[in-house]
Amino acid sequence: MIKFETDVLIVGAGGAGMYAAIEAAKSGASVILADRSLIGRGGATVMAMMTVAAAIGAQTPDHWERHLADTLTAGHGLCNESLSAILCEDAPARILEMDAWKVGWAREDGHIEQAHAPGHDRPRCVYVDFLNTGPAVSKTLRRHVQNASTIRRIGDLCIVDIAVEDGVACGATAIHMETGEPVILAAKAVVIATGGLTRLYRRNSASLNMAGDGYALALRAGAPLIDMEFVQFFPIGHLAPRLVGLDPIMWDPFRYKLGGILLNGQMREFEQRYAAEDGRHEGGRNDGTYVLTRDLATYAIMKEVEAGRGSPAGGAYLSFKHVPEAELRRAFGPVIDTLAKNGIDLTQRPIEVAPIAHYHMGGVKVDTQFESAVPNLFACGEAVGGANGANRLSGNAITEALVFGARAGRSAAATAAKASHRWRPSASAATLDLLRRRTPSVTANPAALIGELQGVMMDKVGPFRTQTQLDEALADIDRIERAIGTDPMASGAPFDAVLVDWLDLRNMVLVARSVTLAARARLESRGSHQREDFPGLDPRWQFNQTVELRDGRLALAADARLERSSHAAQPLADIPA
Amino acid sequence: MIATLLIQRGTPTASPKVERFDVPFADGQTLLDGLRYIRAHIDPTLAFRFSCINANACKECMMLIDGEVDYACTTRLRDGEITLAPLPKKTLIGDLVTEIAPPDERINYATKR
Ligand SMILES: Cc1cc2nc3c(=O)[nH]c(=O)nc-3n(C[C@H](O)[C@H](O)[C@H](O)COP(=O)(O)OP(=O)(O)OC[C@H]3O[C@@H](n4cnc5c(N)ncnc54)[C@H](O)[C@@H]3O)c2cc1C
Ligand code: FES
Repeated sequence: MIKFETDVLIVGAGGAGMYAAIEAAKSGASVILADRSLIGRGGATVMAMMTVAAAIGAQTPDHWERHLADTLTAGHGLCNESLSAILCEDAPARILEMDAWKVGWAREDGHIEQAHAPGHDRPRCVYVDFLNTGPAVSKTLRRHVQNASTIRRIGDLCIVDIAVEDGVACGATAIHMETGEPVILAAKAVVIATGGLTRLYRRNSASLNMAGDGYALALRAGAPLIDMEFVQFFPIGHLAPRLVGLDPIMWDPFRYKLGGILLNGQMREFEQRYAAEDGRHEGGRNDGTYVLTRDLATYAIMKEVEAGRGSPAGGAYLSFKHVPEAELRRAFGPVIDTLAKNGIDLTQRPIEVAPIAHYHMGGVKVDTQFESAVPNLFACGEAVGGANGANRLSGNAITEALVFGARAGRSAAATAAKASHRWRPSASAATLDLLRRRTPSVTANPAALIGELQGVMMDKVGPFRTQTQLDEALADIDRIERAIGTDPMASGAPFDAVLVDWLDLRNMVLVARSVTLAARARLESRGSHQREDFPGLDPRWQFNQTVELRDGRLALAADARLERSSHAAQPLADIPA
Repeated sequence: MIATLLIQRGTPTASPKVERFDVPFADGQTLLDGLRYIRAHIDPTLAFRFSCINANACKECMMLIDGEVDYACTTRLRDGEITLAPLPKKTLIGDLVTEIAPPDERINYATKR
């Protein structure tokens, strides 16, 4: 069996994992950066097309405390303010470091250009033209990872479980995708950087590798998760006609730059109506352009569909017919050609959009060193919960990946410097036993069951929830779990499709249940969690929920540690509002 | 509408065989949609690489499509036959999967350091 030893093991090579690797190596640690896909290509980072929020003040004067105030407002009272503050305070340093590394942030008049995204009080979001932010970020980080001689990069290596000895993380057990062989990784510190869980939903912006592996890894290692009920739906995901070669959330930058118009099936505008109804938005945020925060826009579209006023494919129309072709081309250049290849001409016809699962606010509960409740087990990026509370501002996720990645990499290296190797065969025994039990009898199709689970989550644990639907969802999840059994199904062939789908489903069932249980327990509506049977925010629910595995069962609890620093109450830095 | 996919299958040690799959599709759907359909509805053992599905960002889904190297996720399904084979100049892993990772990002390379 192949066995590796390293100071720091990083699971997942997206923006967070790559930044963690760079910083851990800089601190003197040996690093293994493992990904189930290709390095820097498997997750959300490389697909992101839009913006990154940071108070660099290049466009207008700004201060990170302003960014923090907006982040806390969007989080509806549930942010872990210490983590939010780290996110906002470190953001400029990461963005300027990336600039020095020649990521190519778009510039105008000699300064970095910052766009004004919804929920931010001023232009704050940097980007790379044209819709190239994620690929540019990935490529830049990849180059720096490649240049660090103490980082070993290993693709096609899927981490199946964290190895834990005496309650302390000491490595991981993995399978090599090509051969299906088990692989042992002994490490003094482990960083979970596996991204989010939106592949749990039928309509999503996810890649294949975003089914919540990291949350399942943390749970089975003994680490609690936090805020699992808060899944963000992106309101205007592409729905129809079928669009390929662009990611499904690409209409957002179009709206920033060109202010497209949302219409219902009767070709009537409806955003203003919902904005006016929403008390939170009184006081000047509705300026008639692109104003609804994401949860409210999702609500508006789904309510229109429910009232029988949806577009033919079950969403809303998004129209740019008012924008002259020359302006479209100036703003989006080659993207207009890609649209044309898909038969889409924005000057002629609106496209159809609908809410899709896009980002997860919840995740591994960590302290300000990014360490979980399990010693020597760290997490960063979208895998972490807390910084964004009940809803996330646009542009905060890539920032979170870069900032938390860098911090977690440093913390893990510092821990490794003081630790010795603890891995012993017993730390991997249960996982090796699971993998040995693989059976060629494919009694159910795991790929089909994944599709079924995605349908359950979309229809019953989507943006709008009721007790009845959540109960049904739990029963459905139980049924799917029984169908896959306890021994992995496998074809036995190289790049074993059946085995990988089975292992994915093992994780997805656990994570889906965590989301559903937390959603069922929260008897109020807040941010991205909307209960139709408990409308409105209830101040008594201003606390976070955690979920953890105890004796093989998921247990919910009210979070004991509420880090309420006084940022929100303090007067903000003296800059123009 | 039905597309017929003629897919070269097998491992490096066995001689390849071509299998035939009929895939129903709607206008605009892609070859990758078709392959995923086969996996979920006809044969869960079919091996192929992909990651990003819509964005054309990961570049993992390259294969030989009617004799030309192309992405499965940007090629549209159409009525009639489409032949699929693994990339010819890369080491075969199994079915449509080849060794595409840069050499210094493979496990064998890491074991030697
Ligand atoms: C289409 C899209 C567009 C977006 N646009 C924006 C935007 O414009 N601005 C913004 O701020 N945010 C955006 N987001 C969100 C943001 O991109 C993500 O939150 C962020 O990139 C997450 O980075 P990460 O490094 O934590 O995870 P990822 O980039 O998702 O990387 C996780 C990595 O872990 C690997 N992995 C997972 N499980 C395992 C395992 N078991 N073993 C080994 N490896 C594993 C995956 O293959 C992947 O490579 C977007 C998200 C999507 C999906
Ligand atoms: S699936 Fe990512 S490029 Fe085709």
